[in-house]
Amino acid sequence: MFNPSLWRVRRFSDTLPEMLQLQREMNRLFSNVGQKSPQDYPAVNIWEKDGNAVITAELPGIDPEKMDISVLGDTVTLSGMALQETFTQGETYLRQERGIGSFKRNIQLPFQVNAQAVEARYEKGILMITLPRNKEDLPKKIKVQ
Amino acid sequence: MVEKDMQKTENVSATERIRNVKTFVPRVDIYENKDSLFLLADMPGVDEKSVDIELEKNVLTITGRVEDGRMKDATMMYSEYEIGDYERVFTLSEEIDHNKIVATVKNGVLRLELPKAEKVKPKKIAIKAA
Repeated sequence: MFNPSLWRVRRFSDTLPEMLQLQREMNRLFSNVGQKSPQDYPAVNIWEKDGNAVITAELPGIDPEKMDISVLGDTVTLSGMALQETFTQGETYLRQERGIGSFKRNIQLPFQVNAQAVEARYEKGILMITLPRNKEDLPKKIKVQ
Repeated sequence: MVEKDMQKTENVSATERIRNVKTFVPRVDIYENKDSLFLLADMPGVDEKSVDIELEKNVLTITGRVEDGRMKDATMMYSEYEIGDYERVFTLSEEIDHNKIVATVKNGVLRLELPKAEKVKPKKIAIKAA
């Protein structure tokens, strides 16, 4: 009965904080199911072209003036606001499916971005950002002597 | 909101298309006032040339053709959305004046103004005394 291995098992009270932590994690995991998170909007595709990264995002109906693209190190931040319809009296929504309000998204790239050379275009509701790699971050060739 | 609302919904229509591309259901807002019905549809990637609106009786069909989204000389590293055409069909309950429909496309959003037709005025029937 007094097997030595039994003493190796920690008392229940010791494991309690961990159990609670686990419970919290599980709750968090499941509570997010079926909920849209503003972190996922807009959906992006990332391409690689001549060593540069190109991000495309579908953002229909955004005011390009109010769109904000910023680069810090290796992270690109997209934020903006969807244009809203202004209703006069007597107008009511029969159906409302399109996203409204503001969005913000951070995308981390695997390299440092040359912030000066970033180009962004907004056409037909599609945003396209070209992000060149920082020169200091380019792979260096080492000659074998 | 359900998570799938975030992503584009693929169209599972009965009709098969000739072009081998996926079709998506554009998200729409519809609102009305006493004169017209307004419809806004999110169709990123379409312009005024590639969108098609058809109204037959009370069935409104919106289709949008999107150019191949593949970028030249580029490799895809990461993908969250797919590119395809758009199609959605609505049945309108009210009579719409077919000749006065106004459609505009701006920043990938189609905006339709569907003016309601002048309703046939109810006739007054005078009853003659027998």
